[in-house]
Amino acid sequence: MSNTGNRWVARHVASLPRSGIRDFFELVAKMKGQDVISLGVGEPDFVTPWHVRKAAITALEEGKTYYTSNLGLLELRRAVSTYVTAHFGVDYRPEDQIIITVGVSEALDLAFRAFCNPGDKVMYHQPCYVSYHPSISLVHGEGIAVPTYAKDNFALTAEALRAAWVPGCKILMLNLPCNPTGGTCDRVQLEAIAAFCREKDLLVLSDEIYSELTFEGTHTSIASLPGMQERTIFLHGFSKAFAMTGWRIGYACGPAELIDAMMKVHQYAMMCASIIAQEAALEALQNGWENVCEMRDQYHRRRDLVVRRFNEIGLTCHSPRGSFYAFPSTLGIGMTEKDFAVGLLREQKVAVVPGTAFGANGTGHVRACFATSYEQLLVACDRIERFISSAQNPPPAP
Amino acid sequence: MNPVLKLLLEGGRLSTAQMAQVAGLSAAEVEQHLEQLKKDKIFLGWRPVLDLSREAAAGAAVRAVIEVRLTPERGGGFNRMAERLCQFEEVESCYLMSGAYDLLVFVNAPTLQKAAAFVSEKLSTFGGVLSTSTHFLLRSYKEGGFRLDDGEGPSDRLNVSP
Repeated sequence: MSNTGNRWVARHVASLPRSGIRDFFELVAKMKGQDVISLGVGEPDFVTPWHVRKAAITALEEGKTYYTSNLGLLELRRAVSTYVTAHFGVDYRPEDQIIITVGVSEALDLAFRAFCNPGDKVMYHQPCYVSYHPSISLVHGEGIAVPTYAKDNFALTAEALRAAWVPGCKILMLNLPCNPTGGTCDRVQLEAIAAFCREKDLLVLSDEIYSELTFEGTHTSIASLPGMQERTIFLHGFSKAFAMTGWRIGYACGPAELIDAMMKVHQYAMMCASIIAQEAALEALQNGWENVCEMRDQYHRRRDLVVRRFNEIGLTCHSPRGSFYAFPSTLGIGMTEKDFAVGLLREQKVAVVPGTAFGANGTGHVRACFATSYEQLLVACDRIERFISSAQNPPPAP
Repeated sequence: MNPVLKLLLEGGRLSTAQMAQVAGLSAAEVEQHLEQLKKDKIFLGWRPVLDLSREAAAGAAVRAVIEVRLTPERGGGFNRMAERLCQFEEVESCYLMSGAYDLLVFVNAPTLQKAAAFVSEKLSTFGGVLSTSTHFLLRSYKEGGFRLDDGEGPSDRLNVSP
């Protein structure tokens, strides 16, 4: 028997791989103070709008420092219900079909714990957010990765789903628009996916955290398609659209019996989301839409700038329809994603994240977040251009 | 909207070369837009935003805000009087206001004495001026959209996050 503390760590936790993001974070942390421009973040560069922060301050001044209902403040659930109906075209009852959570991350964890038996198979498209596969492993489920491809602008296709399907699949995890690819599905593609879910009787967990940041066309929620609301948990939050990452506040909507199952886990594990964050979220929903539109407009133009510059300097890059991530290919310049990211960081001090941090299907790509100022983006693009040109034309050996 | 005007309205911290890259135009096209905006008297010019509390910048260090009550002039109303007032080089900005006074005048002067002299000798003797109320600026917290403390966006934001 080992004498180290590791002997107490549960086997399924010990066997979880380290996050690729974590490795890269440590590399960047070592270069602190060296004028690194980071395109490696997964959050807005905007600070939460002042009126939202003020609502939280007011709540504190009014002494709102207590627990809320397990499901969250009823007033906030009512506001969520109104918002989701208006923006996604799906109706949920505030009383029993909505639960306020500590970000979408907690909502997702609740869903896996509430719906996944050991051995159940969960399909998810990949490249994807770093937590999906580990979260499935933590409930002893089996993750089935469904590849998405640059040729489809990283949209998930029903064909790829069908090809990956195996008996025992119970849940489909969606994240559209997607972190890290910015890929999303139009209504026609979603209808084909919905038909597949109905055919195979899949429960859908739909993480739509980037939906407000859709630049072309309109975002369609799979929950709004015929026959889908009863088999979909709609997951959403405030982090991206309202620039509220650090508040950790989100929500899940779905059929009452499914929300009740998630609530059972939530009441024991978390009790409730922070009341301060809930008060701020309420203000965001009631008076924050103008801020969302302003930020989306900014991201849209930054996307156009970054995608154009990347393609000019030889990094093949599809135009992401949503999110604030570009996911260019490094293969066209003859480099692996890891060599590119590490070399770029060391030589030109620009941080991007290797695509493999988001799963094996991210091979040959890097994620570059364009949620940063024009000035920084322009300098970063110039540095990337210098890096590519020196990598392709190395100085002659002395 | 004119793409260059849109960038200017957002805060105008970009050089013309940077604006060209952001808007996907050539530098010459950006210059043309700027010229047109100047001709249309929408874009009046550039000027730096300085923190005058810094010792190195403390040249025109005295700034005052003056509330001015006027008797409107027959035929010209407040406008002609305001335009005349703007001729004084000490006047940095001048606005017609609703409420208890008519004009709000921002004045820059190298010393307290010179600022006081402007009020007592030039402004208060100006025809039509009923009264003035002068407030001296003690400290600035935000200038032209820039916060003078370390600003928003804490430095402990993670460099890489999922």
